[in-house]
Amino acid sequence: MFLVAEVVEEAGEECLLGDKVPTIIQASHLRKVYQTGSVETVALDNVSFEINKGEFVAIMGPSGSGKSTLMHLLGALDTPSSGSYILDGEEVEKLSDDQLADIRNRKIGFIFQAFNLLPRRTALQNVALPMSYAGISKVERMERAKKYLEMVGLGDRLEHTSNQLSGGQQQRVAIARGLAMNPSLLLADEPTGNIASSQAEEIMQIFQDLNEEGHTIVMITHEPDIASHAKRIIHIKDGKIVEDERNGKQRNRRF
Amino acid sequence: MEYTEIITESFGTLTINKLRTGLAALGIVIGIGSVIALISLGQATEQSVQNQIQALGSNLLTVIPGAQNSGGVRGAAGGGTTLTLDDAKAIQSSSQITTITNVSPEFSRRTQVTTGKNNTNTQVIGATPTYLQVHKASIGQGAFITQKDVDGMTKVAVVGPQVVSDLFDNSDPIGQTIRISGQTFTIIGETVSKGGTGFQNQDDLVFVPLSTAQKQLFGADYLGSIALEAKSADVMTDAQNEVGYLLLSRHKLKDPTQADFSIFSQQDILNTAASATGTFTTLLSGIAAISLLVGGIGIMNIMLVTVTERTREIGLRKALGAKKRIIITQFLIEAIILTFVGGIIGMVLGILASFIISNLTNSPFVLSLQSILLATLVSAGIGILFGWYPARRAANLQPIEALRYE
Repeated sequence: MFLVAEVVEEAGEECLLGDKVPTIIQASHLRKVYQTGSVETVALDNVSFEINKGEFVAIMGPSGSGKSTLMHLLGALDTPSSGSYILDGEEVEKLSDDQLADIRNRKIGFIFQAFNLLPRRTALQNVALPMSYAGISKVERMERAKKYLEMVGLGDRLEHTSNQLSGGQQQRVAIARGLAMNPSLLLADEPTGNIASSQAEEIMQIFQDLNEEGHTIVMITHEPDIASHAKRIIHIKDGKIVEDERNGKQRNRRF
Repeated sequence: MEYTEIITESFGTLTINKLRTGLAALGIVIGIGSVIALISLGQATEQSVQNQIQALGSNLLTVIPGAQNSGGVRGAAGGGTTLTLDDAKAIQSSSQITTITNVSPEFSRRTQVTTGKNNTNTQVIGATPTYLQVHKASIGQGAFITQKDVDGMTKVAVVGPQVVSDLFDNSDPIGQTIRISGQTFTIIGETVSKGGTGFQNQDDLVFVPLSTAQKQLFGADYLGSIALEAKSADVMTDAQNEVGYLLLSRHKLKDPTQADFSIFSQQDILNTAASATGTFTTLLSGIAAISLLVGGIGIMNIMLVTVTERTREIGLRKALGAKKRIIITQFLIEAIILTFVGGIIGMVLGILASFIISNLTNSPFVLSLQSILLATLVSAGIGILFGWYPARRAANLQPIEALRYE
């Protein structure tokens, strides 16, 4: 759909080099405890794993397994109770609120289940939003927003507001917004949860294409069907990793 | 993110829910509007009082019998009998007095004045020819009381325009007769209208010769007051002192605390009036300030509702990299725009209201830059003051909780 030859080649080369591929996520002994009154709930318990550049990882688990908590930690939306998390060289657990905001802005592209587009704003304005927080000039913002919207196939919907778009289209705007700052990590939280299954397949196709261009993607889901699009699947249950497998039968792979 | 961008975005947010924005700003509109209107009206009243008193003569001194009052002017005077015509003559002729040009001894009472058909209750003033000069009055038609009238104790009268309209239905009064305390007087002149409805209507007066008033009408050998014209408004204090010491020595009194007379200038009256209207203005402004406070709380309430309503949006903005400062600025600017625009509308309404009222009441229309500046600063200040708490609350929201919020 929008493959760029060099990028694919680069990604391929890196994969071949094996050990020399840079690590994007390095989580060690992550623990998160929620305190409700006098009751302590352990949401994550001693979770360690690494994710390298160019991977497409699905984190799977039933509800209450701690996968949302893990997503918040990976997304620098929250800090762990103990353990360390290094995202693209930054020790996230040591950062202040404003520094975390900066990390989220530069290094992470979020794709939420409920899209979370600003209502009554156009697709262009929505995609430009994270760039405005990075201090990018208005002209450049609009140019880049247009480019990414065209990339996700919405070149003819630039001025549509979010309520004029279908669920699948809204999620594509959200993906364009996630790409806007050219982040190290795309973090998707149940990206197809609110979308009709016919459109869900399109979204997953976009993820796969992005991954083939070299983007690192971490996707949280509870649907095995959706998870099967990833190259690697981490199963999580009761706050612990129970299985970490290579997905041999990746769906819809183009080559 | 540049401030201009945050401002345009805030305008965008505010125009989405116009009714709510309008209602939120209404408190400020009313508050600022009433402050502007009241300050402007207060100043107009002050100025009209000032104009009226100035019209009486800024170099006019009045001596009345009765003890000096430390606080200012004693209101009801006339009970005393210590001032005499000789005092007046002494002021006129004394070599110690260099600052007084004209002396007008007077005796006045309120009494009933009648013609055959009509009657009115008015001020009858026993006067000498110098009255006109000292009080800056002038004769419209006929003539004023002459020294001959005073010496001969004639029964002639000069009337004010109000009396003419009350007694003669505005027909020519010259040569007509009126009765005062059972005695008949012939009208020889009419004064020019001085207008104004200040403390005393300067048009509702009847003048008779001083001697006639003293001896024939009211049976008194003392004066009600002595009006003095000083050389200029700059020598008022000197004049007050000179006349004071002369009268003290004439009355054989040793020190000023024992004085059996009071001397006050128009400035004294002006100060008293100004302090009265000033108090009034302050009081009303206080009430208006309370409505401003209530308006500010209204803004805070709306901003808090907005923060709650937009929790998800705030969460998203923070997730996408908005720092605290940006969120605070965004909400603060929204609050300031609300109060600022409300303040400007209120200012226009307030100016309009005071213009209409001043037209209806025939008082001058005063618009001070001061009050406009005050209103602008106050309204923006209210925005910052009452927008701060909601803005901080928005900025301190945790992104995950905010994103989860339904």
